Order: sequence, then structure tokens, then C-alpha cells
Amino acid sequence: MLIIIASAWQSIAWFVNSADFPSLFIVLESFIYHFFQGDMLANLAVTLTRVLISFTIAMILGVFIGILMGTSERLNQLTDTLLIIALNIPALVTILLCYIWFGLVESAAITAVVINKIPTVVVMIREGARVVDEDLLNVAKVYKLSLSKTFFKVFLPQLYPYIMASARAGLSLIWKIVLVVELLGRSDGVGFALNTLFQFFDIAGILAYTFAFISIVLVIENLIFRPLDKLIARGVHHDRT
Amino acid sequence: MIELDIAIKDKHYANSDAVVLKDIEFTVKPGEFTAIIGPSGSGKTTLLNMLSGLEDATGQKLLCNSKALNDCKEYQLGYVFQQPRLMPWLTVNENIQLVLLTPQEEKIETLLAQVGLAGKGNYYPKQLSGGMQRRVAIARAFAVNPELILLDEPFNSLDAPTAAKLRLLLVNLCKNCDSTVVFVTHDLSEAINLADRIIFMSNSPSSIIHQVNVDLPKPRKESGSTELAWQAKLMSQYPKILSGSINTD
Repeated sequence: MLIIIASAWQSIAWFVNSADFPSLFIVLESFIYHFFQGDMLANLAVTLTRVLISFTIAMILGVFIGILMGTSERLNQLTDTLLIIALNIPALVTILLCYIWFGLVESAAITAVVINKIPTVVVMIREGARVVDEDLLNVAKVYKLSLSKTFFKVFLPQLYPYIMASARAGLSLIWKIVLVVELLGRSDGVGFALNTLFQFFDIAGILAYTFAFISIVLVIENLIFRPLDKLIARGVHHDRT
Repeated sequence: MIELDIAIKDKHYANSDAVVLKDIEFTVKPGEFTAIIGPSGSGKTTLLNMLSGLEDATGQKLLCNSKALNDCKEYQLGYVFQQPRLMPWLTVNENIQLVLLTPQEEKIETLLAQVGLAGKGNYYPKQLSGGMQRRVAIARAFAVNPELILLDEPFNSLDAPTAAKLRLLLVNLCKNCDSTVVFVTHDLSEAINLADRIIFMSNSPSSIIHQVNVDLPKPRKESGSTELAWQAKLMSQYPKILSGSINTD
């Protein structure tokens, strides 16, 4: 698949033959330049750290709120409107407001990303918590399992597929928002670098950064999400022997 | 050993006025095997859920060894549900370990051997047949050394030979544990095969219509001649008892 995309790109570049659509080789050249001589590594590290921190905070808070809303109908009714509003506030508005209120600082950047992400996590986890199997919880009750055992061995495993789905969707959303946050108010990171490249109209550079980005996403998918998927699916998709 | 003294005046669900159980009064002697028979929808499961504390029983008299059932938390309860209700994400071993407080590998191994599942400890429930899953559920119930064990049509929808095998298994496990047993079924011959006493329930709103001691020697046989004769005698006396009525006309 990657080869098809690469060769298609290359042929279009030949066909168009314009500086606005650099060929794959020029992009690769630019990538090598930025990687070894530019700040690409440092910028990627900074952005990755921001993504990781805001992802972790958003997932923990989102799962927590989602479980509360999914299990308590009263709380759900009280906060449902708030959730709809939070879901639909444009990311740009939260980012700008955070920068205005907290200043152009790291915590403002992280807060803005987290606020953008939490509602989507909540929505998915709430659906999961709503359809938790009452019968299995009754087993825990009858056998007088401790609260922590009931939560971690009986309740939470039922939410794993929902948590995985929101983690996947979440990571891709957070990538995008972090870049905007960096573009608007940080002096490092991939978003900042892209802004600089944009000012110089360095299209090959922009594409080189994109290329680096996609590589990281693929690595994360293959090294973290796929193995986790397998772990979660244990016992669920087995055929009878 | 656990003795039950039950008196339910009227039970209806939280969000409705319809009475499910009415004037249910019975006792279960220590170590006694009591079967409850009633037509479907007669609230048998509700009754078991009240005994197990899953269903609200405020205002009713549920005594266990003369103390309120829900107050004597110390006694061990085993409950075999209509469905096996195993955690699909845990292996057979982990499912049984779940209800135990300390790791007891040997005990789990012995139990699995007793229910004929030796060596299947690392399988996930989905890898086992329905009958095997039920055996795991039974092993789980007996893992806690239950003083009181509730069974809700545990052999429903199993083929006859498997059900017979599991009944035999149940009798042996109960004997080992000295458990007091309340067993819900709609199968009269199953009840005769297992129980010391049978309680018959009516249609909703359910009340007890008849109680009878099964005065046959143990061990009993699957469709043995004395068992069949006993059943025939009961049925000729109360032909409509299984549909919830003791009227003869």
C-alpha cells in the first residue's frame, strides 16, 4: 500500500513538474537535512511529550467522567447538555481562550488540548458503561468480591474495547490539536516548525515533517495498539474447541 | 450448617404494583436439599435473588439460623445462575480464583478434576461447550465452601445424559460440603432425583400450593422404578400441580 501511494505521488510530481508539488526525492532529501542538521528530532520530541501528557490526562479524566455518567442516570441528565456544549466548542476557541486566560505557557497549551479531547472520550466510555452486563456484576455481588476486585476484574474489562476505541480516535485528534496549539503560541515543537517552514514556503520541508509524523503514528499503532488489542480480545474471540 | 426460615408476605418490584410473590412461607432444615417447582414466570428466580440479597427484601422475614439473612454476612453463599455467567476475559482458573480471597491453585485443580475438567484450567470460557461452562460455574460455587447454595435451573437446556452426569456431580459436591441447598427447577423428575423436599408454587402472583417430603432412599436413580412410581402417585393425586394448581377438576 505504501509503495502504491509513493509511486502515485512520484508520477504526479513528474507530471505536474512544479515547485509546489515536490517529488518524493526532494522530500526525502529535505527529510534527511532536517533530521540530521535541523531541529526535527528536538521538535518531534517536544511535540510527542505534549501529546503523551495531554493524552494521558484526557484519557484518565475522560474514562472517570464517562463511567460516572454511564452508571448514574441522574448525573447523566444533569451533565448531558454540558457535554454536548463541550463536544461542539471549536478547538480553536478553547486554545485561544486558554492562551488568553493562562498566558502563552506550557500548561495553557496542555489544558487546551485536554479540554478538547475529554468530551469525545466521555461520550464513548459512557456508552460502554451503560451497557455493562448487570448479570456479571451480580456474580461479584453474590460472591462478595471486594470493591477493587469488582471494578478491575468484572467492571473495567467490559469497558476495554471502548477505551481502546477512544484511545485510537483520541490520539489522532490530539496530534492535530497539539500542532495547532504549537502553531499559535509555542516556540518549539512540530507545529512551530511547520509555521516557520510555511513562512519560507518550504513545501518539501512541510512534507518531510508530515512524513516523520506518519512514521511515528505507524510505529505507535504497531508497537502499542495492536498488541494491546490482542491482549484485550483474549477469551472473547476464541472458537470452541 | 445453615437453616432457613422464610416468610414473604408480598413482594413486588420497585417500579410496579404487580405482586410477584405472595404468602411464601417455608423452612429449610440444616443440610436439607429443597427443590422449588413452579411454572415459568412464577417468580422462582426472584425468590432465589431475594435469598441471595440481589433483590430487595425489605419488610420480609428471611432468617438464617434465626438471624436476618442479610445481617449474617459471614456465611458462605454459592449461587449457580441459569446462565453460567463466567467472565469471558478470565480463564477457567482465574474465574474460580476470582471468588476466593487467597490464591488456592491446588483447590481449584481438585475442584476442576471433580467436575471432570482436569487440565482445562487455562481455557477461556468461550473455548468450552455450554455443558462445560456450567460445570465451571458449579465448581466456582463450591470453591467458596458454601454453607448455603442456590441453584437456578442449572441444567436447563442441556442434553439428558449431560444433565444426568451433572446431577450426580451436584449430589456428591453437596455431600462433601454439608451445604443447605435450594434448587429451582421446572422438571419434576429432576427434583425427585435430587431433593429431600419439594415445594410447589402457583402461577403469578405465586404462593406455595403444596410441600412434600421425598421419602425415597438415596442414592436415587435416573428414572428408576421407585422414583417413577413416586412421581406417578403424586401426579395422580394432583394432576395439575405442574401448571401451578392443586385443584383436581
